[in-house]
Amino acid sequence: MGPEILRDLTFDLPKGSFQFLTGPSGAGKTTLLRLLFMSLQPTRGLIRSFGRDITSIPRNELPMLRRRVGIVFQDFRLLDHLTTYENVALPLRVRGKAEQTYRQDVIELLKWVGLGERINVLPPVLSGGEKQRVAIARALIDRPEILLADEPTGNVDPPMARRLLSLFLELNRLGTAVVIATHDLALMDQVDARRMILTDGRLDIYE
Amino acid sequence: MNEIAQNQSSGQKKRRVEMTVRPTGPILPPSNIQGNALMVVIAIMAFLACLTLGGVSMVRATAASWQSQISREITIQIKPEEGLDMGAALIKARDLALTFVGTRDGRIMDDAATARLLEPWLGTGLNLEDLPVPRLIVVTIDETNPPDFEAMRALLMEEVPQAFLDDHRTWVDRLVQMARTTVLIGSGILVLVFTAMVLTVVFATRGALSGNRHIIEVLHFVGAEGTFVAQEFQKHFLKISLKGAAVGGFMAASFFALAGFWQSRSLATPQSDQATALFGTFTIGWGGYLGIFTTMIVIALLTTLTARLTVMRTIYEIDLVRSDPARTDGLLDD
Repeated sequence: MGPEILRDLTFDLPKGSFQFLTGPSGAGKTTLLRLLFMSLQPTRGLIRSFGRDITSIPRNELPMLRRRVGIVFQDFRLLDHLTTYENVALPLRVRGKAEQTYRQDVIELLKWVGLGERINVLPPVLSGGEKQRVAIARALIDRPEILLADEPTGNVDPPMARRLLSLFLELNRLGTAVVIATHDLALMDQVDARRMILTDGRLDIYE
Repeated sequence: MNEIAQNQSSGQKKRRVEMTVRPTGPILPPSNIQGNALMVVIAIMAFLACLTLGGVSMVRATAASWQSQISREITIQIKPEEGLDMGAALIKARDLALTFVGTRDGRIMDDAATARLLEPWLGTGLNLEDLPVPRLIVVTIDETNPPDFEAMRALLMEEVPQAFLDDHRTWVDRLVQMARTTVLIGSGILVLVFTAMVLTVVFATRGALSGNRHIIEVLHFVGAEGTFVAQEFQKHFLKISLKGAAVGGFMAASFFALAGFWQSRSLATPQSDQATALFGTFTIGWGGYLGIFTTMIVIALLTTLTARLTVMRTIYEIDLVRSDPARTDGLLDD
């Protein structure tokens, strides 16, 4: 077994809360996000998600729980053969929703993130910042109860970063708990929110 | 200025037109290098498997035909003897043979036919009156209900002592043995080709799927259930395999149809006779074509099943990263 990445962490994410997760590279931010997304299990300790211990959730129930969590991966994880629109609509499509029920919502959201003119474009021709916005839109499209975003403003310019932040805040006002993992101090300074700082696998929380 | 405004206005219209969403594409890319390669592999394996199947079916039919042709007739030979009325003996022997249940027809080989039989050794213009040549009676029998050869032999010996009954048993036994061996060898080759086909299709499908692991991961993480992901891949690979198997099967069926057509059009030519002597007739019948169709379906189902199992296993492995903390491959470092 490898070295412990995280230890002695105790915290909760209240409904409708907003927090930044920060810390130096290698501190374990991505690992913590993946634990919260239920794609990793802790070596020891207890993580409860939606009131259930994640170690005891049967495999076939995981997709249903993951549908309540939106995640923005650091490497975007877009499907290159699907257009911007189709990538954003993917979570709704896999839930079996009819396209006419969500088409307008997807287009509106893409306009909101500044990609209204790029809906039929494939990811390989998008810039890094555009890909990031597609990944964010995909995580938000089904209004998740928790949004986990790994460096969501890492590839965009400051005005777009502010715009995305306001999108996260808007979503938060509608009741979604938001966790943003970031190194961007300027971004954090714009919002008076809880800061969770990871250092050497330990967590300090500043309310 | 007006022109610029008009240009801007048309530009905006153009942009609005571009806003139209294209028809939603399939979740899996309709064609990629791995998919195309898999289709070619399936087509080749389907062709080889169908060709072997058709070949074995052809050999089986030819062997059965040899066996049937030779066991459909028996021969009564009457040796000449001083004072024997050959004509009367021939008629008597034929009539005696035809009294047995299981005989259908008796034909005495006339002088001309006998002379033709001897022609390769004794030349033309043969006068059978001058030579003590045995004469033959060909009796056609019912293959499914043959007469009692021993009883017939005994009766002939008693009534016409110069008669000798040849039921071709030695030849039939040899041919049956040869036919069985040929079919057995063919079946062995068929088993080997089918095994190779199954393994090739399974591994080629798994290879083609390995290039799609990222799609499985993304679908899984955006909340798709395992069965949904598996169904998408099943549909995709069923299409690929049906196309490949159809091409291979069609090529094999066409080969037999064309070869049969060529053979029927060139009857009695040296080439055709040679081919017929070597391979029999290139006819595989409806059974052969049904076998080719079944092979195509088997290949398609095999590919689909492999795709399903591989996808379910990949999802299991993705979840295993969650269940086993020692495995963190694929984990992104920050």
